[in-house]
Amino acid sequence: MNVSYYPGCSLEGTAIDYAASIGGVASLLDLTLTELDDWNCCGATAAHSTNHHLALALPARNLALAEAAGRDVVVPCALCFNRLKVAEKALKGPEGANLGIPYQGGIKIWDLLDYLTQDAYLKELAAKVVRPLTGLKAVGYYGCMVARPPAVTDKKDAENPQNLERLLQVLGAEPLDWSFKTDCCGAGLAVARPDIIDTLVQRLYERALRTGADCFVVSCQMCQANVDMPQKRIGKQFGKDYYLPVFYFTELIGLALGHPDVKKWLAGHLVDPLPLLEKIGVRFQVPGVRF
Amino acid sequence: MLTTSKEPMEPSFSLAERLAGLTSVSACYQCKKCSSGCPLTFAMDFYPDQVIRLALLGQEAQVLGCRTIWVCSSCETCTTRCPNNIDIAGVMDWLKEEAILSGQASPQPEVTRFHQTFLDTVRLAGGRLSEPLLLGLYEWRRGGTLRKLKSGALVADLRMAWELARRRRLVPRLPHRLKGVKEIKDIFKKSHLPAKQEKP
Repeated sequence: MNVSYYPGCSLEGTAIDYAASIGGVASLLDLTLTELDDWNCCGATAAHSTNHHLALALPARNLALAEAAGRDVVVPCALCFNRLKVAEKALKGPEGANLGIPYQGGIKIWDLLDYLTQDAYLKELAAKVVRPLTGLKAVGYYGCMVARPPAVTDKKDAENPQNLERLLQVLGAEPLDWSFKTDCCGAGLAVARPDIIDTLVQRLYERALRTGADCFVVSCQMCQANVDMPQKRIGKQFGKDYYLPVFYFTELIGLALGHPDVKKWLAGHLVDPLPLLEKIGVRFQVPGVRF
Repeated sequence: MLTTSKEPMEPSFSLAERLAGLTSVSACYQCKKCSSGCPLTFAMDFYPDQVIRLALLGQEAQVLGCRTIWVCSSCETCTTRCPNNIDIAGVMDWLKEEAILSGQASPQPEVTRFHQTFLDTVRLAGGRLSEPLLLGLYEWRRGGTLRKLKSGALVADLRMAWELARRRRLVPRLPHRLKGVKEIKDIFKKSHLPAKQEKP
């Protein structure tokens, strides 16, 4: 299977570990992710918050590139996915003429989680599991941008998505359902207002613990950063000792399917997942990167 | 929160008319579903439903000057749930852009500055974001380094940067300039057309 791939800027930078696990999973599934040639920044929060022209023109250029490439495009970054979908709706509507970009809309825009949890892939993954993640109690944390608003994302289940849970079951883990699965982590406010992230993310920790979870599983690298990076700081602030590793769903796929680089990927986290994995009986044979 | 002023409020429909191209704030019947689901109300001065109400009443100074629009995280919960299909998150964006265009001083200058620095960085780097450049430029423009050093915040930031850097997640290099860097420059040039130009 060959699809176009729009990584987004952070997958080349702070989410380079996510990119590594995505590449690993693609090789396990015989999936070729062809990076869109000369893709540009989608504008993220900054553009839609300050300049409506940039907010549409920047992602629209990428859609034109994707259409020229002629394949569906898969997007790992949830916000990039959302911006491309917004541009898609705009280009297909009355604003399309203003943007001056001819766009027929013959290709589909996928967020990575949605793409890899299609029935056919879940079947393929089930058949390829060599190390079921038995005993891994996890909450699926979807975040905001892959599903909201449904008028933009075309998702049917914005309030209670289930594809992460379905995936975790296939991998042998124990997904725990919880009511904060799409609650905001604070996203792009992390640099300017880290205190806001602290309040929002502490709610997530508490809810996850109350549900009985040992870890989070995410598909958005912004969520991963906001839930993983400040964990010690938030713990200190609230007088608690939080230990809740934040896995990318692709890392867990790699783990369950026996990819040799999983330990390297996990070394990118700030909250070390290894003690949790050892607790559920996962042993890494190859001595790798230590934290 | 809304406070009673000594002056009677002068309602005006002009702001709602300008917003009409985006969404119909006049459809709001104050069910408060938006505010009830908003995760950021703890950081706001006006609740989302109040911003819509004030916009409908034409209270431009209040809505353009409030903290709410800047601490909104654009999580889109409000827009998703509004029973009358009002794009509340879209209104927040519209108000932010209008606040900047009208020269309004931001009550959350660090947030405003972050967004502007982000876009400057994309333009400077030739079409993609460089996170180290963004963070460096943001800190430099923010100033107050001595204060941060004293409070220990600078050390905390540097430690975090180091944790990312040693994991190769924060590498001080620029992304390669796009072949289409001229298209990107054109897009940025066009974006400086004031939105006000579209008004009758």
